[in-house]
Amino acid sequence: MSSVQIRDVRKSFGNFEVLHGVTIPIEDGQFVVLVGPSGCGKSTLLRMLAGLENITSGTISIGDRVVNNVQPKERDIAMVFQNYALYPHMTVAENMGFSLKLRNASSDEINKRVKRAAEILALSPLLDRYPRQLSGGQRQRVAMGRAIVRDPQVFLFDEPLSNLDAKLRVAMRTEIKELHQRLKTTTVYVTHDQIEAMTMADKIVVMHDGIVEQMGTPLELYDKPDNQFVAGFIGSPAMNFLKGHVRVNGVATFEGPNGVKLPLKTAPTASDGRPAVYGVRPEHFTIADDGAEAEIIVVEPTGSETQVFAKVGGEQVVAVFRERHQFNPGDKVRLKPDPSLVHLFDEATGKRLNA
Amino acid sequence: MADVAIPRAKPQMSEASAWTQLKHNRNWLGFWFMVPAMAFLIFFLAYPLGLGIWLSFTDTRIGRVGHFIGTENYEWLWDDSIFWLSVFNTLLYTFVASALKFAVGLYLALLLNEHMPFKAMLRAMVLIPFIVPTVLSALAFWWIFDSQFSIISWSLKHLGLISQNINFLGDTTWARICVIFANIWRGVPFVAITLLAGLQTVSPSLYEAATLDGATRWQNFRYITYPLLTPIIAVVMTFSVLFTFTDFQLIWAMTRGGPVNATHLMATLSYQRAIIAGQLGEGAAISSAMIPFLLAAIMVSWFGLQRRKWQQGESND
Repeated sequence: MSSVQIRDVRKSFGNFEVLHGVTIPIEDGQFVVLVGPSGCGKSTLLRMLAGLENITSGTISIGDRVVNNVQPKERDIAMVFQNYALYPHMTVAENMGFSLKLRNASSDEINKRVKRAAEILALSPLLDRYPRQLSGGQRQRVAMGRAIVRDPQVFLFDEPLSNLDAKLRVAMRTEIKELHQRLKTTTVYVTHDQIEAMTMADKIVVMHDGIVEQMGTPLELYDKPDNQFVAGFIGSPAMNFLKGHVRVNGVATFEGPNGVKLPLKTAPTASDGRPAVYGVRPEHFTIADDGAEAEIIVVEPTGSETQVFAKVGGEQVVAVFRERHQFNPGDKVRLKPDPSLVHLFDEATGKRLNA
Repeated sequence: MADVAIPRAKPQMSEASAWTQLKHNRNWLGFWFMVPAMAFLIFFLAYPLGLGIWLSFTDTRIGRVGHFIGTENYEWLWDDSIFWLSVFNTLLYTFVASALKFAVGLYLALLLNEHMPFKAMLRAMVLIPFIVPTVLSALAFWWIFDSQFSIISWSLKHLGLISQNINFLGDTTWARICVIFANIWRGVPFVAITLLAGLQTVSPSLYEAATLDGATRWQNFRYITYPLLTPIIAVVMTFSVLFTFTDFQLIWAMTRGGPVNATHLMATLSYQRAIIAGQLGEGAAISSAMIPFLLAAIMVSWFGLQRRKWQQGESND
């Protein structure tokens, strides 16, 4: 186990820069999730950490050692690939023991460690099978077993769950988190799925177009997104955004599209008439007499909650209610955002305006 | 299957004639779809093979109908030292040429699988020996190895390494080396391109995983590339051995089996006895004697292929 420091790392392919100076401190034993849309550079960063890609500039250190020019095998890391990259011609046991075999470990030692990893992952009955004879979830576990056997300083996961079906993905998510709690190995996990990020991470790093948009604990990112990108990326269904202006006439309010009045707790200083984007999460709407008028378009009950699509000031918004209201399409209701939970962003830069 | 696919005729339809019933029979229809392919195989493969084997048991000559003489041709060949020499030549030729074709082909395939400038052009160039008609390349080699005008002898003489021409195709050892070299030159592209195709099916992430597991370049080859390539190696080497074993054109154009039968393969000896000398029965017997060898080669690769358990196994997803 050890900490990882990524300092001002840049990566260019030819003249095309894909990472524009990324700095991420990772503490010993932390579970860090790099999350972002496709092409944001998260996988490239992970591959640079593994040593599969060169670092154009900046430094990456594992423990106290700068590893920019250290061979992958000497970095003491283990990686789980998206397609698992299991050796098809080796049994589960051989797959897991391969790295030890290359290090000339004795066969007793290999057997012992493979057996231990197999027990942790409930793979013991499958040790003599070939990858082709395994289900998706079992292959995923073998890939993790291959990493565990090496007992590395850092685990790297590259979208390990994206090839699994939805149900299995949820189960494996828990399994990986449990494994981390047990082994406490520093882990860097790449995904494009914000739910995976929220549920598993000690620290989330949201990346977009080769820069870090924000990093913090899952709840920090949910409660106080630094900018409109993070606000829209974290949370499901996504946050609603309404364009308009801040008004300060004794009471701070937000004038949304078509003059719709929305509540604000406090206005940012010297901001009367300032153009801004009003953000409110679907779960932060309530039905109240002093709410904004809305017309219901579609109602989607999921059992535990109901998603309601409605028009506010001509713009479509989503609201989620845990209570069972009787809504019908075409109904007029009054939706009120909780003023203490709304977010205000600068219209031009997308930066957060309210505290 | 037909019973399932066709509902039984209902009582009121039982008057349909046998012909109508036959017209609607899927097996009958299927048979007619098969006929062209079957006819092709029977006339061009099964019939010549059967005829060849039958001829080997007769004393047929060109222009004279033969009579069945049992195994007399084979008994005669058993005591024929030239026949045994051709068997030895064929085995030597096949073994040495195939082994070297495999080595060179694999090396080229690995080389062409790397990233390098002009990759597409280099890959196309490797195919050239394969495209040139055999007889044409054989004639070119004939000149290259000519006893008087050989460019090799000429070059070595001018470099001062030898004082007189090497009698490439006149010396028994040199002649064997030359025909084997020509065969390798022709056969390498097939092996190289097929193995290259095999190499490209290996997922790059396996190499990345192996690199992270601590494998050196050699270990990458030894533990990942080679085992994953074995199925395609088995197929390509089976074909290569079959083609080499039955080679005729190259030898006939370069040496006609000489000098003193040193490069006579079974195929060329068979042609010489059957067509040139007119002894069809004896020639057929020499050809038929190749069958056990070819079957053995196929069996080896068949069982080699079957052993790979990791390729089979049902997939559960």
